[in-house]
Amino acid sequence: MTSASPPAEPPRSVIEIAGVTKVYTMGTNKVFALRGVDLHVHAGEFIAIMGSSGSGKSTLMNILGCLDVPTDGRYVLDGVRVDGLDRNALADLRNQKLGFVFQGFNLLARTSAVENVELPLLYDRQHRWENPRALAAAALGKVGLGERLDHQPSELSGGQQQRVAIARALVTQPTLLLADEPTGNLDSHMTVEVMALFQELNEQGITILIVTHEPDVAKYAKRVVEVRDGRILRDHPVEDRHNAADDLRALGEDDPVVEVEQAPPAQVAQT
Amino acid sequence: MKQRTLLKLAWQSILKNKMRTLLTMLGIVIGVGAVIVMVAVGHGAQSQIEASISSLGTNLIIVSPGSSAQGGVSQGAGTFNRLSIADAEELKRDGTTLAAVSPVITTRLVVIGPAGNWRTSINGVSPDYFTIRDWTVTSGDIFTDVDVKSARKIAVLGATVAKNLFPGVEAVGAQIQIGHVPFTVSAVLAAKGQSATGADQDDVILMPYTTAQNRLSGNVRLGQILVSSFSPNDIPAAQSEITAIMREAHRLGDNADDFTVRNQTEIAKAATSTTSVMSGLLAAIASVSLVVGGIGIMNIMLVSVTERTREIGIRMAIGARGSDVLTQFLVESVVMSILGGIVGLMVGFGGSLILAHFTGWSTAVPASAVLIAVGFSAGVGVFFGYYPARKAAALNPIEALRYE
Repeated sequence: MTSASPPAEPPRSVIEIAGVTKVYTMGTNKVFALRGVDLHVHAGEFIAIMGSSGSGKSTLMNILGCLDVPTDGRYVLDGVRVDGLDRNALADLRNQKLGFVFQGFNLLARTSAVENVELPLLYDRQHRWENPRALAAAALGKVGLGERLDHQPSELSGGQQQRVAIARALVTQPTLLLADEPTGNLDSHMTVEVMALFQELNEQGITILIVTHEPDVAKYAKRVVEVRDGRILRDHPVEDRHNAADDLRALGEDDPVVEVEQAPPAQVAQT
Repeated sequence: MKQRTLLKLAWQSILKNKMRTLLTMLGIVIGVGAVIVMVAVGHGAQSQIEASISSLGTNLIIVSPGSSAQGGVSQGAGTFNRLSIADAEELKRDGTTLAAVSPVITTRLVVIGPAGNWRTSINGVSPDYFTIRDWTVTSGDIFTDVDVKSARKIAVLGATVAKNLFPGVEAVGAQIQIGHVPFTVSAVLAAKGQSATGADQDDVILMPYTTAQNRLSGNVRLGQILVSSFSPNDIPAAQSEITAIMREAHRLGDNADDFTVRNQTEIAKAATSTTSVMSGLLAAIASVSLVVGGIGIMNIMLVSVTERTREIGIRMAIGARGSDVLTQFLVESVVMSILGGIVGLMVGFGGSLILAHFTGWSTAVPASAVLIAVGFSAGVGVFFGYYPARKAAALNPIEALRYE
């Protein structure tokens, strides 16, 4: 790549988008969801994309997640030019380079945790994975659910379900973990719990990008990108960054939380 | 995805909706079952006809008069009868592959016995005839070559004739009149039953062909020459030898054959063609229900795709290609329809046994029915599962994930 880069040895670039626009045509109206977005994300970053609904952050997330393609502009993900790829290539890219965590967890119902987690491995077309079941079990161990491999989503709390989803996102060792409002369906305790897990994973070197509208969640990230009206309004490092593990301990002291097995109303795919 | 994983996936999803799966499968079960029963009825009728054809005789070859052409217009079979007793005698003398040869001279006359009279067909044949048609007597003796030579006036009665002329009385040795000529009954034949066309094979009187030729009046003609080969495998060789001898005897040179040589298989084929048309028709009607079953599968798969839109979105988000989703749904519908096909096969098998038991029809499930059942139901699964699967594969992952 010949783009002008800082003089010092830069960290590996994970996301590089330039002049990305997205236009939806509704009848005769043209709706501009993104009006030219530039964003660079390097390996090891923990970014929060913030914005109110309608700001274009979801569209940006979909494009970054290779679920959608930009109308115009350039997108390079981990050295692969994404704009202009077909459906199949996008699917393969999602499988190999990305891990998704959604607001509604999006686990397959009536399917055990370990089966949910091994799913992305089964869709790998290069057959990179030897023993999917063992890898899935290891990933669940990593998020603290090593004891609940055979539990179905309905038998897990919301926080646990989200951790299963995080394990599923991590199991393919993706270049980038994308989380879309990952704490939207969780109470504050579980929110901090999940954020602590994200911070821990980020410490281990995993690049994380979360989309949220809650400043309380963004304060755990390292960098915040604010989006409004399809443009990036501000892009700044987080001052006064919180440590979720500390907050969790503090929460525990004020108000000892009993493990609640009842999940909040979660969106689980019917199968 | 590996095939085993796909099958496991399909199986899990089938188990998740047991009642629905069972009802959907029921359509295929009924369809395949109906087809199997109809095929069994048709096949049973056919083998019944084949059995009665083989009662005609063993390794039978029939030489009959050919057709003639006058000014380019074919006059049809038998219009120009050049078959002669001499032909039969020549075949008997020169044939090396022919086990037995008998001319058949036919006429119909009234026969008068002590208890009344009876109009029946009279066949003048040689002793070989009994070998060819595998026909035995219940009492008395059949005539010999000596009787043929001396044109003795003896008659062998078919079971029906004996029953009508000599009800409850011993026929052998008695006197009868055939067309005002006195004959002695030398034997009564064992009953053979109905022929393939439903005619009573026992309503007949057999006598030496010389006697029939010399003593009987009326429309006496040589209808055909019956030949049998040594074994079924010899039939083609025997047929070509017959043709060669006959062409030589009739001095045909470059002309077309003036006779027809047919074997039992050809006759059987002609007789069974009607039944196979009938059974084909029955199977076609039955397969309509198979199509209806397929539509049931399509309907349920469409519902299933809509219900599982979110699942499809999740799978796509984590890297499933459209083709992966397509395969998943297609495997599901095929597994469902093959299961239905296998159950339908058993139902059809049981159904045809029950039908045979209550109606007395002969039914037979041919071995090929297993392949037909499984093949057809798999075909139905692919055909009717493709559209819903295609629909699932074409979903947009973003919209699918957002689907409530």
